[in-house]
Amino acid sequence: MSIAITTQIICFSVLSLVILIGALGVVLLESIVYSAFLLGGVFMSVAGLYLLLNASFVAAAQVLVYVGAVNVLIIFAIMLVNKKEDLKPISDIKSRRIISTSICLTLLSLLIRVDLTNVWSLSSPQNSIREESTIRIGEHLFSDYLLPFEVASVLLLMAMIGAIVLARRDVMSKDISTGLPVDQELIEKSSEPLLTNKN
Amino acid sequence: MEYGLDLEYSFNEFLKGFGLSSEIAHIIWLPIPMLLVLVAAVVGVLVTVWLERKISAAAQQRIGPEYAGALGVLQPIADGLKLLVKEDIIPAKADGILFTAGPILVLVPVILSWLIVPFGQNLLISNVGIGIFLWIALSSIQPIGLLMSGYASNNKYSLLGGLRAAAQSISYEIPLALSVLAIVLMTNSLSTVDIVNQQSGAGILSWNIWRQPVGFIVFWICALAECERLPFDLPEAEEELVAGYQTEYAGMKFALFYLGSYINLILSALLVSILYLGGWGFPVPVELIAKFLNLPINAPFIQVFTASIGIVMTVLKAYLLVFIAILLRWTTPRVRIDQLLDLGWKFLLPISLANLLITAGLKLAFPQFFGG
Repeated sequence: MSIAITTQIICFSVLSLVILIGALGVVLLESIVYSAFLLGGVFMSVAGLYLLLNASFVAAAQVLVYVGAVNVLIIFAIMLVNKKEDLKPISDIKSRRIISTSICLTLLSLLIRVDLTNVWSLSSPQNSIREESTIRIGEHLFSDYLLPFEVASVLLLMAMIGAIVLARRDVMSKDISTGLPVDQELIEKSSEPLLTNKN
Repeated sequence: MEYGLDLEYSFNEFLKGFGLSSEIAHIIWLPIPMLLVLVAAVVGVLVTVWLERKISAAAQQRIGPEYAGALGVLQPIADGLKLLVKEDIIPAKADGILFTAGPILVLVPVILSWLIVPFGQNLLISNVGIGIFLWIALSSIQPIGLLMSGYASNNKYSLLGGLRAAAQSISYEIPLALSVLAIVLMTNSLSTVDIVNQQSGAGILSWNIWRQPVGFIVFWICALAECERLPFDLPEAEEELVAGYQTEYAGMKFALFYLGSYINLILSALLVSILYLGGWGFPVPVELIAKFLNLPINAPFIQVFTASIGIVMTVLKAYLLVFIAILLRWTTPRVRIDQLLDLGWKFLLPISLANLLITAGLKLAFPQFFGG
């Protein structure tokens, strides 16, 4: 066994262990903050797996999108609302846990079945893409995957416009849900320094 | 374009001369450039700290460090030693694990990003295909470390500082990435080596700064904001937040933040010089000089000379930018948090988007100037 393959196997087992333990921690830990940080660790390890598969662009995109944007946003939201109060005890917690565990186990068995029945190995020379993977992804995005790509970008644009409308409610004079006129005073904070108001 | 010194190849050949297999030679080679770059980064930090002390002193008409070595050059080492031997304190109500992991998460991505900084054609740790994109991805991890240390300190100033730091780096990452994208569009490659080679045609005239003046300014502002340098040092604004997310940190953990911010500053300066100022390129192309002096470009002497000129030029350009950053820090007032976010989202983002669009249009119209 050559050194390169040994290194790959060690990396793979460490990454898979981190993913499994981290994912269990995300679900099972009581503290929501720990769960959020562990989720970041899981995303990073998945990026590591992509790297092992020579998909360096996908790995970097995974880090940028999932760790740098999604996970940061989750942590941000948790920290902005994180009041240290005890949650109300849920009455039928036991049956809920049993139901959710069984659903998760069913999903897991489904995934294992897919894993075992699917033929994973590719016979084409595409196995040796390596550093060209970025170019290949670009070619695919602008040829056979053009429609999903464009639809996804339209979806993102819609989300962005929605966010802008929500953030800048001064462009709308009426509240969308109630139909009442919006109190502009509350929305437009004065951008002048506080001291000038005292004169 | 395969020219220049290939130290890895020569080193491996040298080891094979002793009867070692190529795999073992490769393993012995691997840590050498990494250690070299790490040492270079730390020495760079020491130099920058000294410069910061001296330039701030000059800006405030003081003398600055004077007794530790000639002109106080040993002062940064004394600072480092002091931090090294200080007691490591974890506050009683703090979260120990996150408190320790925070500074590490801030420092590691910054050091990893040095992977892609080229000092010459083959003088970099790894010419990975995704190149500059790796840096953008890695720098997006940093906010997690800042949030983590801000939260774990269990201190309202720390939490506010951490939240501010994360908000700041998220909002400045986007214009940063967009201005890099314009460069990548012109180069047709993400690799930093290709980006420098694309600028090497006509010396100083072919540097990207002339073709991407808007991108250069946007990138520099965003890089300063990512480094949390004044005028954008809101996360650690002393008058408002004590020291932001660093408030509770002491000893080596504080030193990690300190080291991280300075390594990040040098890294940003190096990347600005690589992306916009021709990287290791001399203002007059070395090939022209060699032709003028009737010297063969592939002679070993010329190769070594070119490589050393390359390293000197990269470091010189980077430190010129570090000098500008230090001058800015000691001469400009701090912006407010709402001004900062306004600048990022309402000014830099549309401008960098327009810059990208115009670059794409110019590339179609003048492919010979803007990369075909």
